[in-house]
Amino acid sequence: MKNVLLICRKELNSYFASPIAYLLMAFFGLIFGFGFYTATRDMVRFSFMAQMQGQMQPQNVNDAIIKPLLGFASTVALFLIPMITMRTFAEEKRTGTIELLMTSPVRDIDIILGKWLGAMLLYLCVLAMSMINIAMLFAWGKPDLKPVLVAYLGLILQGGCLLAIGTFISTTTRNQIVAGGVTFFVCLLLWLLSWFTAFDSSATGSVVNYLSIVTHFENFSKGVIDSKDAVFYLSMIFFCLFLTHRAFESLRWRA
Amino acid sequence: MIKVEGLTKRYARTVAVDNISFEVEKGQIVGFLGPNGAGKTTTMRVLTCFLPPSSGTANVAGFDVLENPMEVKKRIGYLPETPPLYPEMEVDEYLHFVGKLKGIPSGEIRRRVDEVTGRCAIGDVRKKLIGKLSKGYRQRVGLAQAIIHNPDVLILDEPTSGLDPKQIIEIREMLKSLAGEHTIILSTHILSEVEHSCERVIIISQGKLVAIDSVTNLTNRLRGSEAVAVEVEPADGHPSPVEVQQRLEQVSGVSRVVMKDSKNGRINFEVESLQGRSVRADLARSVVQSGWNLSELRAVGLSLEDIFLQLTAAEQKEETKQKEEVKVEEGVKQ
Repeated sequence: MKNVLLICRKELNSYFASPIAYLLMAFFGLIFGFGFYTATRDMVRFSFMAQMQGQMQPQNVNDAIIKPLLGFASTVALFLIPMITMRTFAEEKRTGTIELLMTSPVRDIDIILGKWLGAMLLYLCVLAMSMINIAMLFAWGKPDLKPVLVAYLGLILQGGCLLAIGTFISTTTRNQIVAGGVTFFVCLLLWLLSWFTAFDSSATGSVVNYLSIVTHFENFSKGVIDSKDAVFYLSMIFFCLFLTHRAFESLRWRA
Repeated sequence: MIKVEGLTKRYARTVAVDNISFEVEKGQIVGFLGPNGAGKTTTMRVLTCFLPPSSGTANVAGFDVLENPMEVKKRIGYLPETPPLYPEMEVDEYLHFVGKLKGIPSGEIRRRVDEVTGRCAIGDVRKKLIGKLSKGYRQRVGLAQAIIHNPDVLILDEPTSGLDPKQIIEIREMLKSLAGEHTIILSTHILSEVEHSCERVIIISQGKLVAIDSVTNLTNRLRGSEAVAVEVEPADGHPSPVEVQQRLEQVSGVSRVVMKDSKNGRINFEVESLQGRSVRADLARSVVQSGWNLSELRAVGLSLEDIFLQLTAAEQKEETKQKEEVKVEEGVKQ
């Protein structure tokens, strides 16, 4: 455990020593802020119009702003995650520092967990940018807190899952661009799977739909914790980290 | 301290290390010598548990690299060919990180970092980013990283490659100061390196062990015959080089006389004797008795360079011979 935290801290330090962490945070903050602006503007406009027509039903802030916004955030995360994970192992393999890690008295699994956890923490920092906007809603409105927390939990689980996939892909190459590109493609595919099968009710359709990472986020974004979705994410994280461990081990055998 | 038996490492198609066995005792500095691609790095990687052997065993400090890698790793300091540095870290930060990684208790780390920075003369760059350091400093930080946990065994892959002569001397001095308490294996393809800093040499070529011996023994063993440089100074164009050569060849025990060059009116010869014969006194006598001026007479020791070339060339010759034989056989079959 001590070693996991050691590697994790080193990872986090190197993210923040390079522009990548700041760029991702700025990029996400900007896009999310823009989404927040349009969503809030539209809601204000709609409720204003509703009032003009004498309908006294102000829209729910949770439904009108927070839910679509966090859904939007989960999509944006698909694009950011390859940039977080692409360097994890590819860079170490290229510069040869992997030799230091692999010849130190540290278990392989500690290295992998440390790297994944480091990526996870950076992802949390990036997500935290969205809280600036959400905090504004709490300051001037009265949204329900629980569904927001559940949606964030969903974002974290989905992110953890994609980060584990990205970490696995990064162990298989020494080229960061390849690692990032392939991870991006896989993320995109997992996102698109839900589109392809949206109206497909056949058995294969439902299996493919189940595999899509985005479909499992829907319940979270509604504020519902379905154990089915949580189990999917957790088992996916476990499976991908297991694959990473195998790939990492094979580095020794294939060299 | 280190015991390697029948070590073989195969990659997909090639055999990088072929059935190598050797032992290194505690406190020795051993030079691992061979041309590029001989299998030096691969052997070192097996010893450091970075690669598993295809067959055979490697034992470090009593622990097998396959069965007990954790214990081996704790006792080994390793400097790969390119020092494993994180350019975005400061030297101090990096050494702290490696120290923790190697399992030094946190109370001791500061003291250890102070000690190795002093020892490797990197005290003045401790607060600098590694990415901004010159090659020589990087190499020294790499060395500091390898010795930070005071390992029993130090494995250094070409520790002086790419350094300038002054830095090479500094690293050599450092290695000497480390010997005794640490067992050191260093690989190199530079021979003078071994002559300067190692007690024993392991020569490998094309994955095979060619020789393993102490530096002096190796020189003696391979100096099959004595070589003597003779310089004669003729007066008034007499004697002619041919005359001298003929006279020298007549001395008993001489196997070969080669005229090297003649300049400034002096003629240089290299005389090789038969095995076990000392011919220097006889050579001097015969030149002087002929009434010529003997201006120089000295024994020429074979340098490690010559030995190395002899050994590896012999190996290759044999191999090409075998290949040719195979070809001939194939030709016969066809």
